[in-house]
Amino acid sequence: MTRPTRYLLRGVAPLGGDPTDLLLADGVIAAVGPHLDVSDVARGGARSGSDNSVVEIDARGLVALPGLVDLHTHLREPGREDAETIASGTRAAALGGFTAVHAMANTTPVADTAGVVEQVWRLGRDAGWVDVHPVGAVSVGLAGEQLAELGAMAASAARVRVFSDDGSCVADPVLMRRALEYVKAFDGVIAQHAQEPRLTAGAQMHEGVVSAELGLAGWPAVAEEAIIARDVLLAEHVGSRLHVCHLSTAGSVEIVRWAKSRGIAVTAEVTPHHLVLTDDLARGYDPVYKVNPPLRTAADVEAVRAGLADGTIDIVATDHAPHTREDKDCEWAAAAHGMTGLETALSVVQQTMIDTGRLTWADVARVLSTAPAEIGRVSGHGRPLEIGEPANVTLVDPAARWTVVPEEQGTASVNSPFRGRELPGRVVATFLRGRATVLDGAAVTPGAAVTPGSAVTPGSAVTPGSAGADARATAGVGA
Amino acid sequence: MRHLLSTADLDVTTAVRILDTAAQMAATQSREIKKLPTLRGRTVVNLFFEDSTRTRISFETAAKRLSADVINFSAKGSSVSKGESLKDTALTLQAMGADAVVIRHQASGAPHTLAASGWVDSSVINAGDGTHQHPTQALLDAYTMRRHLAGDAVGVGDVGRDLSGLRVVIVGDVLHSRVARSNVLLLRTLGADVTLVAPPTLVPVGVEAWPCRVSYDLDPVLRDQQPDAVMMLRVQRERMTGGGSGGGAFFPNPVEYTRGYGLDRRRLALLPDHAIVMHPGPMNRGLEISADAADSPRAVIVEQVTNGVAVRMAVLYLLLAGDLAEQKNVEERVVVA
Repeated sequence: MTRPTRYLLRGVAPLGGDPTDLLLADGVIAAVGPHLDVSDVARGGARSGSDNSVVEIDARGLVALPGLVDLHTHLREPGREDAETIASGTRAAALGGFTAVHAMANTTPVADTAGVVEQVWRLGRDAGWVDVHPVGAVSVGLAGEQLAELGAMAASAARVRVFSDDGSCVADPVLMRRALEYVKAFDGVIAQHAQEPRLTAGAQMHEGVVSAELGLAGWPAVAEEAIIARDVLLAEHVGSRLHVCHLSTAGSVEIVRWAKSRGIAVTAEVTPHHLVLTDDLARGYDPVYKVNPPLRTAADVEAVRAGLADGTIDIVATDHAPHTREDKDCEWAAAAHGMTGLETALSVVQQTMIDTGRLTWADVARVLSTAPAEIGRVSGHGRPLEIGEPANVTLVDPAARWTVVPEEQGTASVNSPFRGRELPGRVVATFLRGRATVLDGAAVTPGAAVTPGSAVTPGSAVTPGSAGADARATAGVGA
Repeated sequence: MRHLLSTADLDVTTAVRILDTAAQMAATQSREIKKLPTLRGRTVVNLFFEDSTRTRISFETAAKRLSADVINFSAKGSSVSKGESLKDTALTLQAMGADAVVIRHQASGAPHTLAASGWVDSSVINAGDGTHQHPTQALLDAYTMRRHLAGDAVGVGDVGRDLSGLRVVIVGDVLHSRVARSNVLLLRTLGADVTLVAPPTLVPVGVEAWPCRVSYDLDPVLRDQQPDAVMMLRVQRERMTGGGSGGGAFFPNPVEYTRGYGLDRRRLALLPDHAIVMHPGPMNRGLEISADAADSPRAVIVEQVTNGVAVRMAVLYLLLAGDLAEQKNVEERVVVA
């Protein structure tokens, strides 16, 4: 019986710590320790055939992280396959170091039924780049009026635990309360896109000095903060979990800090772009900088960095939002909101948080893997880099620098706000349950690393307790 | 200068040069034959995504007086949601060989997008974009102020001058006004002192960064500052109902607005004798401006329209026929004509 390629990572620094070797075999971290003996490593495997070989990777100087988990990704399929497909978006995710992503519900049709979330989950499994965890809509059609079938989505094969009307705010306080309460039955969480709709009608950018100058309708910080304030109080009242999507203002950080000090079960995310970009980029009216929530001021950027550093903000999530060229190649007001981010997220976090001394690599593992996996109730991801744990591992070269060329990225869209920017840190390799999805910074087509005809015993390359993983392992071999 | 997108792009030298050129253009307009051959064979496209008969006619007249071929392209309704994109419209114009595109668009920044896109080689002239800028309006306002207030006498001795020391009060819907934004920046560049007066709901958040003062109270401003010019901004009907903006009305009702911010007979009397009354038009008589003010001898509102043609001739001339270094030749070319 042949078996999948095993990888021996030589001299890698787990979470930026002391260099050691990691052996990835049979879907798990099989051995950890300095100077692992190759013959020990190879023992127990059939030696005939190249597929049995242990691939050694010189990982000196590289940092090993648990595979990154994105709680906020727009994969656009079904409906807008011209902007992104599940295959292209998850390939981009793997290139960015991710092993799991949460696919937002604002597709066409909306992911508000068990049928749609199962379709998304299945397409993700078939693509094989990362584990795709669909996010279910809170309300039918994202309309904010009637609860979607949250229970059916939770009970489906996709096992949905995160629910969000992202793109729209659950503005009705009664609907929000009901949603918060209802998902307690299956340990779900409501991920709120905090945007008071009346205060943001027609809003184009952050309301402040720059919007006044540019004559673009303002998106005031208070429209975000008012909803977050309301929602943390609702969450406290009903004893539910609340997750705040893409928090962007200094005031929001203060409110979440206050809520946590009261013991309210709130978690919060910030996007990479809100860690570095500011509203004055709108001055050229280039819609690549149009995003919701909008780019804020330098003071807000500093506040979200501080919030991420002190733990007020739990995670970084990309809000990867691919758009077609025609949806960005136009006047600002006509352009779509959103920017790509899967393939720049880790670099931006390194630039803004590591290279500034505000976070360690262990912290990065927490904010980009462990904590999002915990919030999304994703098992098998965000685990320690220890023997027996699933081999979901990302290798990053912190010393590398690269220039962003959107056309060369894995995502199908080119609306990266970092075009032409030099960023630190490069994802060298990504392993999903021991299978390389990225090697030497290049995507490895799923199936290529596994010898055709080989068999994997279901369960051996699989995360215990993950229904999706079982099916994935089986399907992956046949692919 | 390749495009005219915003008064923020004009330094004092360029701005004064445009005003001086406009004065030369205006001088030709009192002749029996008003047409100059300067832009013969050049094509100016008036690309209007928003209705504005007054502005379009002004640009059309200016271009025709310079002998340019004028194409009026009313693109209203062919916005992205309804059909052709700005890009495809621009590519169409490019294919037809436009030398200048005069664009009016409901989206702030659309002229910037057009100029920066590479879709067209033409010069782009912003004829009003959303709530952002309307630079030729500010230039004609400055020209009008200079004629009345900066020279030794009307129309004499003002050439070459800026607006140093003038006090200008702009009253009304600053929030939604591209005229106010353009004027604040240009008047400041030209050395004037600007005070904006509006109810707080019609002042943008972020106005503190503008080079001007802001007041909510018109009477003391008129009484204490004794301004040289008062500019009344048009109040759009939808501001009274909240229609189209997603919010409520910006003020309780028209009567209260007029009481607080309208230029009526009593307020007119507060102005110094030499002060002029301006309005970009079209006026809401009885709302932001009374008939007493609009028809008073100090109103220069009709003259603003006249000056608009001269200023737009100057802008078209400077963008199409010549770099600013060739400026001196304009009079010779005019004479040859």
